[in-house]
Amino acid sequence: MPVPKRKMSRSNTRHRRAQWKVTAVATVPCPQCKSAKLPHAACGVCGTYNGRQILAV
Amino acid sequence: MPTPTKGPRLGGSPAHEKLMLANLASSLFKHGRIQTTETKARRLRPLAERLITKAKRNDLAARREVRKTIGEKDVFVSLFEEIAPRFANREGGYTRIVKTGPRKGDAAPMAIIELVEELVVAEEPKKKAAAKASAKKAAQEDKVAVLSGEADEADEAKA
Repeated sequence: MPVPKRKMSRSNTRHRRAQWKVTAVATVPCPQCKSAKLPHAACGVCGTYNGRQILAV
Repeated sequence: MPTPTKGPRLGGSPAHEKLMLANLASSLFKHGRIQTTETKARRLRPLAERLITKAKRNDLAARREVRKTIGEKDVFVSLFEEIAPRFANREGGYTRIVKTGPRKGDAAPMAIIELVEELVVAEEPKKKAAAKASAKKAAQEDKVAVLSGEADEADEAKA
Protein backbone atom coordinates (compact mmCIF):
# COMPACT_ATOMS: atom_id res chain seq x y z
CA MET A 1 0.00 0.00 0.00
CA PRO A 2 1.46 3.44 -0.93
CA VAL A 3 2.30 5.68 2.00
CA PRO A 4 3.80 9.22 2.18
CA LYS A 5 7.58 9.14 2.04
CA ARG A 6 8.24 12.43 3.82
CA LYS A 7 6.74 14.35 6.68
CA MET A 8 4.63 17.25 5.38
CA SER A 9 6.13 20.61 6.35
CA ARG A 10 4.17 23.01 8.59
CA SER A 11 4.25 25.46 5.69
CA ASN A 12 2.58 23.04 3.30
CA THR A 13 0.06 22.03 5.97
CA ARG A 14 -0.78 25.65 6.65
CA HIS A 15 -1.05 26.49 2.98
CA ARG A 16 -3.53 23.66 2.59
CA ARG A 17 -5.50 24.68 5.65
CA ALA A 18 -5.56 28.30 4.55
CA GLN A 19 -8.01 27.24 1.87
CA TRP A 20 -10.59 26.10 4.45
CA LYS A 21 -13.10 28.92 4.47
CA VAL A 22 -16.49 29.34 6.02
CA THR A 23 -19.30 31.05 4.20
CA ALA A 24 -21.91 33.17 5.87
CA VAL A 25 -25.38 31.60 6.20
CA ALA A 26 -27.76 33.05 3.63
CA THR A 27 -30.55 34.90 5.44
CA VAL A 28 -33.47 37.03 4.46
CA PRO A 29 -35.22 39.72 6.56
CA CYS A 30 -38.37 38.50 8.29
CA PRO A 31 -41.42 40.25 6.79
CA GLN A 32 -42.94 40.60 10.30
CA CYS A 33 -40.07 41.66 12.58
CA LYS A 34 -37.30 42.47 10.03
CA SER A 35 -34.77 40.26 11.85
CA ALA A 36 -32.59 37.90 9.81
CA LYS A 37 -34.08 34.46 9.27
CA LEU A 38 -33.44 31.41 7.10
CA PRO A 39 -35.23 31.55 3.76
CA HIS A 40 -38.35 29.34 3.47
CA ALA A 41 -38.37 28.72 7.24
CA ALA A 42 -40.26 30.11 10.23
CA CYS A 43 -38.66 33.15 11.89
CA GLY A 44 -36.87 32.21 15.10
CA VAL A 45 -37.48 35.60 16.70
CA CYS A 46 -41.18 36.24 16.13
CA GLY A 47 -42.12 32.64 15.22
CA THR A 48 -44.15 33.51 12.15
CA TYR A 49 -44.07 32.10 8.64
CA ASN A 50 -46.19 33.41 5.79
CA GLY A 51 -48.12 35.65 8.22
CA ARG A 52 -49.00 32.67 10.44
CA GLN A 53 -47.80 32.12 14.02
CA ILE A 54 -45.89 28.81 13.90
CA LEU A 55 -43.64 28.82 16.97
CA ALA A 56 -44.59 29.99 20.45
CA VAL A 57 -42.41 32.96 21.43
CA MET B 1 -44.23 -2.65 -11.24
CA PRO B 2 -45.24 -0.87 -8.03
CA THR B 3 -44.49 2.85 -7.81
CA PRO B 4 -41.53 3.48 -5.50
CA THR B 5 -42.18 5.52 -2.38
CA LYS B 6 -41.19 9.16 -2.66
CA GLY B 7 -38.44 10.47 -0.42
CA PRO B 8 -35.53 8.87 1.38
CA ARG B 9 -35.81 5.60 3.31
CA LEU B 10 -35.80 5.82 7.10
CA GLY B 11 -34.47 3.59 9.83
CA GLY B 12 -32.52 0.38 9.58
CA SER B 13 -35.08 -1.86 7.89
CA PRO B 14 -38.45 -1.68 6.13
CA ALA B 15 -40.15 -2.86 9.33
CA HIS B 16 -38.45 -0.10 11.32
CA GLU B 17 -39.48 2.48 8.75
CA LYS B 18 -43.08 1.29 8.79
CA LEU B 19 -43.23 1.44 12.57
CA MET B 20 -41.65 4.89 12.74
CA LEU B 21 -44.06 6.31 10.18
CA ALA B 22 -47.05 4.70 11.94
CA ASN B 23 -45.94 6.16 15.28
CA LEU B 24 -45.42 9.58 13.71
CA ALA B 25 -48.92 9.42 12.20
CA SER B 26 -50.43 8.48 15.58
CA SER B 27 -48.60 11.35 17.27
CA LEU B 28 -49.75 13.78 14.60
CA PHE B 29 -53.41 12.77 15.01
CA LYS B 30 -53.09 12.82 18.80
CA HIS B 31 -51.46 16.25 19.15
CA GLY B 32 -52.49 18.01 15.93
CA ARG B 33 -48.96 19.27 15.31
CA ILE B 34 -45.58 17.66 15.87
CA GLN B 35 -42.02 18.81 15.44
CA THR B 36 -39.75 16.32 13.70
CA THR B 37 -36.97 16.29 11.14
CA GLU B 38 -37.87 17.64 7.74
CA THR B 39 -37.15 14.26 6.12
CA LYS B 40 -39.55 12.43 8.42
CA ALA B 41 -42.19 15.11 7.97
CA ARG B 42 -41.94 14.78 4.20
CA ARG B 43 -42.34 11.01 4.43
CA LEU B 44 -45.19 11.31 6.94
CA ARG B 45 -47.32 13.68 4.89
CA PRO B 46 -48.58 11.24 2.20
CA LEU B 47 -49.25 8.52 4.78
CA ALA B 48 -51.19 10.82 7.10
CA GLU B 49 -53.24 12.30 4.26
CA ARG B 50 -54.10 8.84 2.93
CA LEU B 51 -55.26 7.82 6.42
CA ILE B 52 -57.48 10.91 6.71
CA THR B 53 -58.99 10.22 3.29
CA LYS B 54 -59.78 6.68 4.42
CA ALA B 55 -61.26 7.99 7.65
CA LYS B 56 -63.49 10.31 5.63
CA ARG B 57 -64.82 7.32 3.67
CA ASN B 58 -65.67 5.71 7.03
CA ASP B 59 -66.83 2.24 5.98
CA LEU B 60 -65.77 -1.08 7.48
CA ALA B 61 -63.04 -1.69 4.89
CA ALA B 62 -61.60 1.79 5.45
CA ARG B 63 -61.70 1.31 9.24
CA ARG B 64 -59.77 -1.95 8.91
CA GLU B 65 -57.22 -0.40 6.56
CA VAL B 66 -56.60 2.46 9.00
CA ARG B 67 -56.49 0.05 11.93
CA LYS B 68 -53.47 -1.61 10.29
CA THR B 69 -51.48 1.59 10.80
CA ILE B 70 -53.06 3.30 13.82
CA GLY B 71 -52.74 0.97 16.80
CA GLU B 72 -53.83 3.34 19.57
CA LYS B 73 -57.56 3.06 20.07
CA ASP B 74 -58.23 6.60 21.32
CA VAL B 75 -56.29 8.06 18.40
CA PHE B 76 -58.19 5.81 16.00
CA VAL B 77 -61.54 6.94 17.41
CA SER B 78 -60.61 10.62 17.38
CA LEU B 79 -59.39 10.31 13.77
CA PHE B 80 -62.79 9.04 12.67
CA GLU B 81 -64.95 11.12 15.04
CA GLU B 82 -63.17 14.48 15.08
CA ILE B 83 -60.49 14.81 12.42
CA ALA B 84 -62.28 13.26 9.43
CA PRO B 85 -65.51 15.37 9.74
CA ARG B 86 -63.33 18.49 10.12
CA PHE B 87 -61.94 17.96 6.62
CA ALA B 88 -65.29 17.07 5.03
CA ASN B 89 -65.10 19.93 2.50
CA ARG B 90 -61.38 19.70 1.79
CA GLU B 91 -60.08 17.45 -0.96
CA GLY B 92 -56.58 16.58 0.18
CA GLY B 93 -53.97 18.94 1.57
CA TYR B 94 -54.87 18.21 5.17
CA THR B 95 -51.39 18.84 6.54
CA ARG B 96 -48.90 21.71 6.49
CA ILE B 97 -45.13 21.47 6.83
CA VAL B 98 -43.20 24.53 8.00
CA LYS B 99 -39.42 24.40 8.29
CA THR B 100 -38.02 25.62 11.58
CA GLY B 101 -34.26 25.60 11.04
CA PRO B 102 -31.49 23.29 12.24
CA ARG B 103 -31.70 21.37 15.52
CA LYS B 104 -29.22 22.11 18.27
CA GLY B 105 -26.90 19.16 18.76
CA ASP B 106 -26.74 17.62 15.30
CA ALA B 107 -27.96 20.52 13.11
CA ALA B 108 -30.63 18.29 11.56
CA PRO B 109 -33.11 20.42 9.60
CA MET B 110 -36.33 20.42 11.61
CA ALA B 111 -39.90 21.06 10.56
CA ILE B 112 -43.34 21.29 12.13
CA ILE B 113 -46.06 19.21 10.51
CA GLU B 114 -49.60 20.07 11.53
CA LEU B 115 -53.19 19.38 10.57
CA VAL B 116 -54.56 22.43 8.80
CA GLU B 117 -57.62 24.34 9.99
CA GLU B 118 -61.14 23.54 9.01
CA LEU B 119 -62.13 25.02 5.66
CA VAL B 120 -64.81 27.31 7.07
CA VAL B 121 -66.96 28.56 4.22
CA ALA B 122 -66.06 27.58 0.69
CA GLU B 123 -68.77 29.80 -0.83
CA GLU B 124 -67.41 33.04 0.65
CA PRO B 125 -65.40 34.16 -2.42
CA LYS B 126 -68.44 33.60 -4.65
CA LYS B 127 -70.54 35.84 -2.42
CA LYS B 128 -67.91 38.56 -2.58
CA ALA B 129 -67.81 38.27 -6.35
CA ALA B 130 -71.59 38.48 -6.48
CA ALA B 131 -71.53 41.55 -4.24
CA LYS B 132 -68.93 43.17 -6.49
CA ALA B 133 -70.96 42.38 -9.57
CA SER B 134 -74.11 43.86 -8.04
CA ALA B 135 -72.15 46.97 -6.97
CA LYS B 136 -70.83 47.35 -10.52
CA LYS B 137 -74.33 46.98 -11.90
CA ALA B 138 -75.62 49.63 -9.49
CA ALA B 139 -72.79 51.98 -10.47
CA GLN B 140 -73.55 51.49 -14.13
CA GLU B 141 -77.23 52.15 -13.54
CA ASP B 142 -76.30 55.37 -11.73
CA LYS B 143 -74.20 56.41 -14.71
CA VAL B 144 -77.05 55.67 -17.05
CA ALA B 145 -79.39 57.62 -14.79
CA VAL B 146 -77.02 60.62 -14.76
CA LEU B 147 -76.72 60.52 -18.51
CA SER B 148 -80.44 60.43 -19.02
CA GLY B 149 -81.02 63.17 -16.43
CA GLU B 150 -83.06 60.91 -14.20
CA ALA B 151 -80.72 61.42 -11.27
CA ASP B 152 -81.76 65.07 -10.96
CA GLU B 153 -85.37 64.08 -10.88
CA ALA B 154 -84.63 61.46 -8.23
CA ASP B 155 -82.82 64.10 -6.12
CA GLU B 156 -85.75 66.43 -6.44
CA ALA B 157 -88.12 63.67 -5.41
CA LYS B 158 -85.93 63.04 -2.32
CA ALA B 159 -85.91 66.73 -1.43
